[in-house]
Amino acid sequence: MTAVAAEGVRPHRAVVRPVPLSRIIAVELRKMFDTRSGFWLIASIAITAVLAAAGVILFAADDQLTYSTFATAIRFPVVIILPLVAILAVTSEWSQRTGLTTFTLIPHRGRIITAKAISSVVIAIAAMALTFAVGALGNLVGAAVTGAPLVWDVTITQCLYYVLGMVLSLLVGFMLGVLIRASIGAVVTYFVLTFLLPTIFSLLATGSHWFRGLQPWVDIQFAQSGLFVFDKSLTGEQWAQIGVTGVVWLVVPLLAGLRMVMRAEVK
Amino acid sequence: MITVDGLSKRYGGTLAVDDVSFTAAAGRVTGFLGPNGAGKSTTMRIMVGLTRATSGTATIAGRKFADLPNPGREVGVLLDASAQHAGRTGREILTLAQRLMGLPRTRVEEMLTAVSLTPDEATRRVGEYSLGMRQRLGIATALIGDPDVLILDEPANGLDPAGIRWMRDLLRGYADRGGTVLLSSHLLHEIEVIADDIVMIGHGRIVSHGAKTELLHAAGTIVRAVDLARLEQALTDWGLTANATGDGALRTDADAALVGTVALESGVALTELRAAEGAGLEEMFLELTSTTQREGARA
Repeated sequence: MTAVAAEGVRPHRAVVRPVPLSRIIAVELRKMFDTRSGFWLIASIAITAVLAAAGVILFAADDQLTYSTFATAIRFPVVIILPLVAILAVTSEWSQRTGLTTFTLIPHRGRIITAKAISSVVIAIAAMALTFAVGALGNLVGAAVTGAPLVWDVTITQCLYYVLGMVLSLLVGFMLGVLIRASIGAVVTYFVLTFLLPTIFSLLATGSHWFRGLQPWVDIQFAQSGLFVFDKSLTGEQWAQIGVTGVVWLVVPLLAGLRMVMRAEVK
Repeated sequence: MITVDGLSKRYGGTLAVDDVSFTAAAGRVTGFLGPNGAGKSTTMRIMVGLTRATSGTATIAGRKFADLPNPGREVGVLLDASAQHAGRTGREILTLAQRLMGLPRTRVEEMLTAVSLTPDEATRRVGEYSLGMRQRLGIATALIGDPDVLILDEPANGLDPAGIRWMRDLLRGYADRGGTVLLSSHLLHEIEVIADDIVMIGHGRIVSHGAKTELLHAAGTIVRAVDLARLEQALTDWGLTANATGDGALRTDADAALVGTVALESGVALTELRAAEGAGLEEMFLELTSTTQREGARA
């Protein structure tokens, strides 16, 4: 009788331990690669970097075959694709409705969003390392093919600026993913912010005197442009401009988006 | 054990879930029955923390879902089998769950076998899966952490009769080993086949709650007579309520012996007298369904 009763009771399991953040990050990283679209999106960073480097070797004048030319050319495709990786990492939970599983297995949305932010930044830094490597390779090949002198005209500090600039662009994408939570809407808004808005700002600046002085404090792209020029170190004022535009265009909307993510119903 | 206590959810002016309280006991399969839009899914989403309740609580073994350290190891959840990234393979979806829960890698293949997904099917992308295959994959994801509690929303949707039988045997075995199963359905037949206890919900409110055997037997009596109008009058005179079933019979809550006595006393010849097994539950359910269908037709 007792044996029968005992059979009905499930064996007592070992104490269940909480899921560590590192494990969530590892799974989120895996989720960026494990679909065909995700894989090719990240692969396209490497592909376009190589294409951009090849383009510099083919079309740039010999005296411009310097490391900074390569790094600048590679930046353009990467700065477009990288934020898309961050956007889709967030929005796919809603657009593909995988959030139903994700937010049930980890019922603390802040931890998932944190893991997504960290894994996106990890991808960004890896992509930057790749960019610098492809740029260096391009520089070596370019010098060998054309016979032009090998020029390494970028300092470590400038590389760090460059990485910071890329991470900030990626975070703008991340912010839009959190704020909008729909893939197409977030991607379109990203392109509006990155390409349309700076054009409007520069038109305004040409048209009116008073705005020209204001632009570095309003236009996030303009404020950050110093990070990408491989020219000189930034002044305190330029850092302040990066800070102000960052708070307005990145931190404030990100906080608003996070607030909504914490409260929104997952369906 | 799942305990739901005074749960309400308001969307604007409408109460989608209205003061819902029930328990799903360990060792039993509890069927959550109601027409589409009755509030089943909302209640289940609140249980697992995807939706915030306006008031009330839902606990699992005395704890809130959000307080579980590794929920997948304690509660298996399947809310919508189609809510998966179409570009992932079945095996990859299980692997993600296995990694997140910190389980041994062998669990993935074990679960694929348990839900009869072949190695070939497991390497295909979920976008190519039929609804039945998605349900099997969803069940596998719910079971992979070997939880004590299962919460399944319409798990039999899209399954063929053999699949429903498989699901019934699986859940029966799971409950017999001491597990708690809560599953929802909008089909009375599915619930009748699988569940031990039934919680019936309509318009956000619980309309009936109890063991399946009790609910099916508390159904009253069906009676036919040559002079039906006279019988109805006689029953009413005795203070009993009788309703026409629409097919030439009367249905009353009184038991068969009492109805027979009334007929004898009033001299009405009966042509049929029997217990209305299951009819009470079915009629209540049909009533709920027809009102929602009328609303659907109007909208």
